[in-house]
Amino acid sequence: MRARALIPRRLPAFMRTGRGASGSVLLTIVLFIALFGPFFAAHDPAAIVGAPGSGAGPGHPLGLDNLGRDVLTRVLWGGRSVIWLSLAATALCFAVGLTIGLIAGYVGGIVDPLLMRTVDVVLCFPPLLFFLLVATSVGTSELTLVVGVAIVLSPGMARIVYTATKETATRGYVEAAVMRGESTFSILSREILPNILGPVIANLGLLVTFSILLIAAVNFLGIGIQPPAANWALMISENRPIISINVWATLVPAFMLAALTIGVNLVGDAVSHVVGRTEGIADVMASPAGSRAPTFSQAETV
Amino acid sequence: MSSAAVDTSGPPVVRERARGKHPLVGFVVRRLAQGVATLFVASVVIFFGTSVIPGSPATAILGHSANPQAVRALNHRLGYDKPITTRYADWLDHVVHGNLGDSAVVIAQGTPTAPVWPTIRSPLANSVTLALITTLFLIPISLALGAIAGVKAGRWPDHVISVMSLVFVALPEFVVATILVTVFFVVFDLLPPVSVLAPGEWALTQPKILILPVLTLLAVSVAWTVRLVRVGTIEVLKSDYVQTARLHGISEPRVLRRYVLRNSLAPSVQIFALSVQYLFGGVIVTETVFGYPGIGKQLVDVVNSHDTTVVQAIALILATIYIVINIIADLLVVLLVPKLRTQQ
Repeated sequence: MRARALIPRRLPAFMRTGRGASGSVLLTIVLFIALFGPFFAAHDPAAIVGAPGSGAGPGHPLGLDNLGRDVLTRVLWGGRSVIWLSLAATALCFAVGLTIGLIAGYVGGIVDPLLMRTVDVVLCFPPLLFFLLVATSVGTSELTLVVGVAIVLSPGMARIVYTATKETATRGYVEAAVMRGESTFSILSREILPNILGPVIANLGLLVTFSILLIAAVNFLGIGIQPPAANWALMISENRPIISINVWATLVPAFMLAALTIGVNLVGDAVSHVVGRTEGIADVMASPAGSRAPTFSQAETV
Repeated sequence: MSSAAVDTSGPPVVRERARGKHPLVGFVVRRLAQGVATLFVASVVIFFGTSVIPGSPATAILGHSANPQAVRALNHRLGYDKPITTRYADWLDHVVHGNLGDSAVVIAQGTPTAPVWPTIRSPLANSVTLALITTLFLIPISLALGAIAGVKAGRWPDHVISVMSLVFVALPEFVVATILVTVFFVVFDLLPPVSVLAPGEWALTQPKILILPVLTLLAVSVAWTVRLVRVGTIEVLKSDYVQTARLHGISEPRVLRRYVLRNSLAPSVQIFALSVQYLFGGVIVTETVFGYPGIGKQLVDVVNSHDTTVVQAIALILATIYIVINIIADLLVVLLVPKLRTQQ
């Protein structure tokens, strides 16, 4: 069988660049391990099967962790929570940011400054600091993690949507829809939303990367997912004290996490390149760094 | 330089304003007032954000099984039996007078007073040391790499630098730290895996413990700033005055030095202000990874022990530093690029 036959004739445009292709491959591998890994695990992720920190041996190719649990098993289990938490946070952040940005940008009046100044308040804090404040008061749970990350990251999305909406709202076809007497909801969903998707999609990859990074940091600091859960970020902090005894217990989850974030970032970069070219978002993004998020895609589109 | 012409050719309003006092004075005053307002909002967010505790703070410290009398006594001692707005007013009044309050957890252990400031002074000095050393390396490295990538845009040096920065910017600090520790401690045994200091000791007395934390912070922040410097350089290269200079037959190295680098410096100042925002988060994680006795590690510790007053004090200090740095960056940009003085 020829290798070429395996490649679909028309790959999506973003996969045809070097970065997009390598990112897609990397991401596919990590996602496969994260989602289907548990089916291949030999042990229970919480079961203690030997002396803590034992090196590689029969049945334990990566050795045992700080409590004597099988490292390979925990690596295979540890990706699910990383992925579902960051996807949930991204989805929530996307929904909140889109709603705030659209309403503030289109409805205007008192709503605009009210919403956007609130957004600015969140933006004036470093994300992790803001999250730590939230964690101090409401404590830690998976729900706090998702909601907290969404609160911290949605202002960036709201700003992007807001800028794009403001610009789109003055276009002829929107004014025509207003003249036809269409409802605000229908104008937002049918006239404006499809036309601002360019910058939104261009920033989606970055949003996913940010939420993975933030959730990983919070889990690493011990204020997110609690032991004995298997989670790549948590594994790194748990096994760091025994790094000189069994280096794989720290290094392998670190590599998995790295492969995930690099993969997402490469794909996101390639996608924003493609979207940037077809939709001409360079103009929208050219506004001087309104938030920390868009500066990146700004870098990409030039 | 050429920007002086912009001031006189501006719209009438601008010219009118310029005729009065120096335009820079107005800008500085406006920016400072803005900073104070932001700081006030930040204090509200910090105080109320940390005060919305389900149950009472004393329960959070003493645990749910504590006897109700002890909880009530502690709440009274910490002033938590007053309404929240009164508490905020008291807190703000104390803070403005330089009193950051007492550590709630230490008070709970029965000590009569436990001022916060002495316990965070030395970690703060250590964190500032770490951040300053990182910035000292960050600026020349990212300017050099960013300019190279920008000038060679689309060719191999650009591809190498851009892909590397794309990779490093995606890495969590603790992953970078793990890899560095593996290389420099597990494999070569050159550097310590943790940055331990005696209480109150200053980090610069043991430079060896600073190397890995600084490298960790640099890896991510350089990746971040290089991309922005690169874009700035590309934009300047496309400008009319660079084209004109080239058409005048000025040699390429001179064009780069006199026209391109100087003009791409202004946006770079703001870029470094942005990267300071990054450093705030990065320092918290990096210090925790290495056990480096700084303000970030202390913040994580007090968040875990529910020491609300210390969390508030540290958060307020960090927010203040952050806002001050942003103001300095804005003023610096305006000093570098006179044409920005008349905007806004």
